[in-house]
Amino acid sequence: MTQTSDYNFAYLDEQTKRMIRRAILKGLAIPGYQVPFASREMPMPYGWGTGGVQVSAAVLRPEDTFKVIDQGADDTTNAVSIRTFFERTAGIETTTTTGDATVIQTRHRIPEEPLSEGQILVYQVPIPEPLRFLEPRESETRKMHSLEEYGLMHVKLYEDISRHGHIATSYAYPVKVEGRYVMDPSPIPKFDNPKLGDMAAIQLFGAGREQRIYALPPYTNAVSLDFEDHPFEASKADHPCGLCGAEDSYLDEVIIDDDGTRMYVCSDTDYCEGRRAAGFVGAMAQAGDGEILTTQRELEITA
Amino acid sequence: MDAQVLTGGFSDPAIQAASAFRAVMEAMARPGTIFPITGAVPPAPLSPAAGAVLLTLCDADTSVYLAGAMDCKAVRTWLAFHTGASVVGPAVADFAVGAWDDLGALSQYPVGTSEYPDRSTTLVIELAEMNATGATLAGPGIQTTAQFSLPDVKSFQANNQLFPLGLDFIFTSGDDVAALPRSTQVS
Ligand SMILES: [Zn+2]
Repeated sequence: MTQTSDYNFAYLDEQTKRMIRRAILKGLAIPGYQVPFASREMPMPYGWGTGGVQVSAAVLRPEDTFKVIDQGADDTTNAVSIRTFFERTAGIETTTTTGDATVIQTRHRIPEEPLSEGQILVYQVPIPEPLRFLEPRESETRKMHSLEEYGLMHVKLYEDISRHGHIATSYAYPVKVEGRYVMDPSPIPKFDNPKLGDMAAIQLFGAGREQRIYALPPYTNAVSLDFEDHPFEASKADHPCGLCGAEDSYLDEVIIDDDGTRMYVCSDTDYCEGRRAAGFVGAMAQAGDGEILTTQRELEITA
Repeated sequence: MDAQVLTGGFSDPAIQAASAFRAVMEAMARPGTIFPITGAVPPAPLSPAAGAVLLTLCDADTSVYLAGAMDCKAVRTWLAFHTGASVVGPAVADFAVGAWDDLGALSQYPVGTSEYPDRSTTLVIELAEMNATGATLAGPGIQTTAQFSLPDVKSFQANNQLFPLGLDFIFTSGDDVAALPRSTQVS
């Protein structure tokens, strides 16, 4: 027996993992419904995705290849620390290549490259309750979900339209899952919303502080809330990526020099690097300066 | 205690439970698809697959209903020793395990409440065999449709009608596992 050495495989004790695993199964059985679970203290602050870390710990096997992205990037402090945490506690392989990963933990993005069956996407969720800003009391939001009382949510979105002429909500844009539960997809840009539905991979959502787990099984219907006269639009900056020229990816606006010169680059660093490695060159990339620009971009995002 | 009680658990619990869970999770996420699940050698009439499911999901925080032939000394003792789960009646069970005919009317199991639909029983149904023929399944986790050898159709249709309340089902046979969550439409 190797119980002693393996007891804390992936940090969490076995009893905690069983509790989280039971919650994950209920989440998959009731897509979009927030399953309560008893979140554990993790050796990192809440803002660092303790919910996602606990879900990852409950699903990882030694043979998995693990990737962590933070706003699309593999190399932020947060992403590196979570990756290192599981390398150390679970002895797993890690990668930055989306297609090579079996489990991907993410904060605020869905990878550009379509995911496939056999992959699992784990979201770090700060506020799992899409109705929270309308109703602070948990007892009330729970009742609203049970009665499918989602009228107020539509009113809020419609107020956006009357005030701004369009729906101003651009992150954490709510979706209705299989015509039943309204779900917060975590603060991904609404550009990513169309990828939530009918995805081949399993999507798991973990909120540590709020102690909720929810899920989207593969090929599940997830529709962004909208109105007949104002249909949902997955908008993004209207530019190609300055480094790789991609016109279909979500972009970050970054300042690249002291004069405040701006450029748009893919937020998904693996996607951008893959395209550049394949020979695609953006308007602002000259041979050799890609590395410098990437470094500048990190500084900008961290700031 | 006899030897069979002490053996037959996971020899490498953290690792084997992680692998077994992934099989169960993939099964629940892809209704009707059959996955191998190994690591447990439980006493008869429990199949290795059902044993692995119980070892992976049950502990002192959960209760189990042993239906029909499952309610025997060998299974009770093995379950108590390896999981610490309490054995209870169907009306309060987190999990129920047995042959389809022994599990009885589905109406005797809790289906959750409108505010907590997760507070429902998961049934582990032992099948003599299972394969991708029979009832047609559709819904979350299934791209178009899937076929699975369900032991019945009407009961699962009625259960789906309760959504988001309802029971979830894990099917076990030999070293194989499959599942049918409440969200699956059956015809
Ligand atoms: Zn790019």
